[in-house]
Amino acid sequence: MLLCCLTGIATSQVGKPFIHDPSTIIECGGKYYTFGTGSGGLISEDGWTWNSGGVRPGGGAAPDVLKIGDRYLIAYGATGGGLGGGHNGRILTMWNKTLDPKSPDFMYSEAVVVASSDGVEDCDAIDPGLLLDPTDGRLWLSYGTYFGFIRLVELDPKTGKRVEGNEAVNIAIDCEATTLMYRDGWYYLLGTHGTCCDGANSTYNIVVGRSRKITGPYLDNVGRDMLKGGGKMVVAAGGRVTGPGHFGRIVLGEGIEKMSCHYEADLDRSGRSVLGIRPLLWKNGWPVAGDNFVEGTYEIESERRGYALELAVDFVRMPGGMRGFNHNNDEPVKPVPSQKLEDVIKTWPTGNIDVRLGDYMFRPHQKWTIAAVPEAGGYLGGPYYKIVIEGTGRALAATADAGLITVPEFTGTAEQLWRIDQLTDGTYRIMPKSVPNSSQKFVLVSPGDSTPALAGFNMQSDNCKWNFRAH
Amino acid sequence: MNMRRQIYLLAISFLICGGPGLQGYSATSGSNVDGKVKSDTARSLEGYFTPAASSAKRPDPEGFIQRWLLLEPISKPNRSNTVFTDSYIRKAFETEYFPGQFTVFPKDRQKVKAGTQELMWHSLDSKDFNVKLYRFAYGLGKETYGVLFWTATIVNSTRELRNVRMAVGSNSASMWWLNGKEAVILSGDRRMVMDDCVSKSFTLNRGKNVIRGAIINGPGMSDFCVRFLDEKGQPVKDLTISYE
Repeated sequence: MLLCCLTGIATSQVGKPFIHDPSTIIECGGKYYTFGTGSGGLISEDGWTWNSGGVRPGGGAAPDVLKIGDRYLIAYGATGGGLGGGHNGRILTMWNKTLDPKSPDFMYSEAVVVASSDGVEDCDAIDPGLLLDPTDGRLWLSYGTYFGFIRLVELDPKTGKRVEGNEAVNIAIDCEATTLMYRDGWYYLLGTHGTCCDGANSTYNIVVGRSRKITGPYLDNVGRDMLKGGGKMVVAAGGRVTGPGHFGRIVLGEGIEKMSCHYEADLDRSGRSVLGIRPLLWKNGWPVAGDNFVEGTYEIESERRGYALELAVDFVRMPGGMRGFNHNNDEPVKPVPSQKLEDVIKTWPTGNIDVRLGDYMFRPHQKWTIAAVPEAGGYLGGPYYKIVIEGTGRALAATADAGLITVPEFTGTAEQLWRIDQLTDGTYRIMPKSVPNSSQKFVLVSPGDSTPALAGFNMQSDNCKWNFRAH
Repeated sequence: MNMRRQIYLLAISFLICGGPGLQGYSATSGSNVDGKVKSDTARSLEGYFTPAASSAKRPDPEGFIQRWLLLEPISKPNRSNTVFTDSYIRKAFETEYFPGQFTVFPKDRQKVKAGTQELMWHSLDSKDFNVKLYRFAYGLGKETYGVLFWTATIVNSTRELRNVRMAVGSNSASMWWLNGKEAVILSGDRRMVMDDCVSKSFTLNRGKNVIRGAIINGPGMSDFCVRFLDEKGQPVKDLTISYE
């Protein structure tokens, strides 16, 4: 876990990630895409820097996107949006072979209506969310908003049309921007609660309920049905961003999941609505948003043993030893200064220094300052970081032999850049941008209690997991 | 629907170019995919309410009280529900809109004068666990947005019940009184969530206990749900509900 006092959080993406009601982020041809209300959407080359460029016809509101086979199914709501508060909405779906508008294959099929509301009934057909059930391949779509029920309908995964004869099922009330996901025998219904579209005052937040059946009932952690307003918090405002809404789940691999959303207002960006990408954690069978990594100085602790990553240098003793017994306990106590970098740095070699793991003693050779390197780009949900000994330029680097070393000064080469992903259990994966002369996707591991190295990631092994502790 | 979102969607709309009963709730018109707007001329309470019968009514299996006297909505224009701060709703609910508002228990079909509005009380049984005020107003052809609802009911207990809490959810803000004392206040732009706010522990009298409630709403749906919880958090169901 990242245990520290939060002084600043990079909670949204860089570039111009301005969007409202984003679809679940999806990868196509090595790029990432999300579409929002209105027309168009955002594209990212690396998942960290986002700019406009996505193309989605039909306008309307709050789309969702799902890859089925080699095609992309896009659902969106063409809301009535009447001045008097009309609630006659329609949900449409359409296909495309690619999401890249520059591709010769880029062509949307004609949109078809799969659900609607008549403006009177207890439902407003907007805000679709798609789920392809991994257990049986059936395709489901939830939709609706605060005006009545959230409904579930079944679509044909081959055509994207409504399954003939399918009747909608009410599955929740008093939320909007719903979507569904499946994990370990549970179906999860995510909904957005609170006040939308009020900038810094928006109270939007994302809640969840779960069910053993896709059709519900979706109950929260205290057993309340989402048809009675139930819902367990997944993420609310924090840092300098308010109003997370429109959940989307992205599974990058076992143990590595992200969630996309928008924040109603990023107070560091004129209070505009921006794209958010955060780690998605699972605690006791419930999804909860993790926190994006916070720059700072940390102990890097192995989950395996609890030892700390450190320079392989001579241990320099602090003055004094055990104070002994039979002293006068009435003597005034006084603080003992911590060991400082200047107390020890002259004992360190000036060239490359190996790293190892050891008992954490809050000594200078164990304190790592981790800072983003803006010019190095990033990955889905984060920038690349440099990891240096506090107060120095001495940087952690990957070596060609799947090992680790520190170099005297950070130079920005790929083996000195690190990707940090919070895992679904709350621990972290630390991964070099590249390993010299290798195409292997290695991560930082601790094959022995005291020995760090690089190896393939295995979510089932604590050897591959780390915590950042601020003391 | 959140009206701010409605306005937001309206703004973008100008840019636009373009197995039943699986659970307890089955959408009745969910198969509609033609996108047509239904005529709203045939309004009624049917589907959401039935006239309250003279026979005793118990809470539903989860303890929710479904029998209420509802006053037709008092006009109280608000373009947004975000104005419902604690101070705002206290002032709004402490204002006397009609004579005997806090002292006289209303009767079915009784009319009151609230400003220039002549409004009628209706004794109704909700078909749902919650009371859908939007549908009450809509069904009567009254204003649905920018309104204030008053409601009352009588809870009868055959014995004194100690350490009981009143649990309320409402859309939007509301305030509730039990036997003349303030019990629960729900401020802000609220959605109706069961057991959203609960009162402090109190004693439910043997015999009659009077609940009054006031719910205010700007745009969007409006509803409420009320039940009593015992000291273990379990619903109190050994009650009868009446409207006189």
